[in-house]
Amino acid sequence: MALIRAKNLKFSYNGVPAVAGVDFELLEKDFLAVIGPNGSGKSTLLRLISGVLEPSEGLVELLGRDVRSYPKTELARLVAYVPSEFYLPYDFSVFEIIMMGRSPYVAWWRNYSAADAARVGEVLSEVGIDKLRDRGINSLSSGERQLAFIAQALAQDPKVLLLDEPTSHLDINYKLQVFDLLSRLAGAGGLGVAVVSHDLALMAAYAGKSLVLKKGGGLFYGPAKEGLSGANIAAAYGISDPASVTRLLKIL
Amino acid sequence: MDKERRKVVWLVPAVIAAAVLALFSGAVDGAGPDIIFGLRLPRILAAAVVGAGLGFSGAVFQGLLKNPLSDPYILGTSAGAMAGAVLCSASGIGRASPLFYLAVFAGAFAATFLTYSLARIKKYPSVSHLVLAGVAVSTFLTALIMLFITLYREHSLSLVYFLLGGFFPADNYLLAVSCCLVAASVCGGALLWRYLDIFSLGEEKASCLGADPDKIRLAFFALASLATSAAVALAGTVGFVGLIVPHILRLIFGASHRRLLVSSALGGALFLILADTAARTAAAPAEIPVGVVTALFGAPFFIWLLRRMRDEG
Repeated sequence: MALIRAKNLKFSYNGVPAVAGVDFELLEKDFLAVIGPNGSGKSTLLRLISGVLEPSEGLVELLGRDVRSYPKTELARLVAYVPSEFYLPYDFSVFEIIMMGRSPYVAWWRNYSAADAARVGEVLSEVGIDKLRDRGINSLSSGERQLAFIAQALAQDPKVLLLDEPTSHLDINYKLQVFDLLSRLAGAGGLGVAVVSHDLALMAAYAGKSLVLKKGGGLFYGPAKEGLSGANIAAAYGISDPASVTRLLKIL
Repeated sequence: MDKERRKVVWLVPAVIAAAVLALFSGAVDGAGPDIIFGLRLPRILAAAVVGAGLGFSGAVFQGLLKNPLSDPYILGTSAGAMAGAVLCSASGIGRASPLFYLAVFAGAFAATFLTYSLARIKKYPSVSHLVLAGVAVSTFLTALIMLFITLYREHSLSLVYFLLGGFFPADNYLLAVSCCLVAASVCGGALLWRYLDIFSLGEEKASCLGADPDKIRLAFFALASLATSAAVALAGTVGFVGLIVPHILRLIFGASHRRLLVSSALGGALFLILADTAARTAAAPAEIPVGVVTALFGAPFFIWLLRRMRDEG
């Protein structure tokens, strides 16, 4: 069964359509690249899938059920969402940040348990940031910080992992680390991973499927090879010369 | 983590030491047991309760709203509580009546929600919108209070002091009630601290981590309004305690509310005992309202925070 199935998904901000009629599926082990120009509704799409926003029309199904029908804690155990880089006024430790990912498993009147702490320990190793455990989140580099927030999402033990521009401020080393990690999570981990990113070459290298958005509606859904072709990208972004895109993708 | 918790416990002897110091500060000649235990002790206890309530509320607001510039004074919670108290005064409800506390709490809670909903132009209120809305609500309520004071002159002197914030002959009954209310809200906060941690990431992220933002916001607004109203009922509006104390304690105990809530209550008590002792002794025999002392520290601190945020933003 599909983890996520979006059916004719529509959403508008104050009457202006942001997502207009998108259809796609996310299966287990899928690594889905979501690309499109600024304002094509990529981030809005992730918010609709994670249940933060409600569609104005259409439906998002999670494991065959309307995503809006899930209680919040149950939803948080199935879907984890890593927003694009955001300001954090307080300097929590990396351990504390990741521990917050255990929230959906803890009853409201209880504290985190020893088992939760053990799970955080495992996630730290899985992501490869054991050494950062006691560091303050605001003292980290952008790359380390991004890995910490991905680790937080993993601590939720989700089936679906959504990431909004996870590599936008990172150097090439961390970009590769993040994409390696994500493809490992999708492949060996069996998660459904959907990534919004402008790093088209990386997406082409790692993703199996692609969803290409254009202002005003979905353009393409299918294998990444086709979706991230020069012609398709040129059409989505309104670039007049597809050959230049193909050349660029090859160079990178 | 246990080591960290032990560090928080060290605040208890620090509060006691400050209280003892305060007990024996001031005019020595003629300061018999009557003055020391009959006047100074209740006043020190009142300072501790008020400081604890305001420190706790400040920590709650700063976490819940992801806004380092929050405290009950800035958000208008204190002004709302004051308005409730003045309304009681106008309608002849004494401070010993249970209705008094109810009115003060209702004022605090309503003003907080008003500020929040005014600031919420988009889905999530920004730091500056919250501060501006708080200023608007506070200013409006304070103007109403001033209007009342000029119309009903017979109450005016005690009300002016109330407005400036300070500890007058503390009534034992009020002290006991406020103490219980502050203790109850701190216990509530100590139970729900995890939610403040995830709200520090923003409401949207908290929602993705399984929290229901509306319910959690309501619960913490109620807890912080309860603690603030207990403080205001005792001492009027003492500003900036809730702003300064959590920021300093975050540097010592870290950002997690697991330690921050309780330590802000203890740290608030410590801070206000010292501030009130300074207010009482600095210009003796004249007495400076303690709200003046905290504002002298607090306003520059606020400006420093504001500048630091602009650098980071």
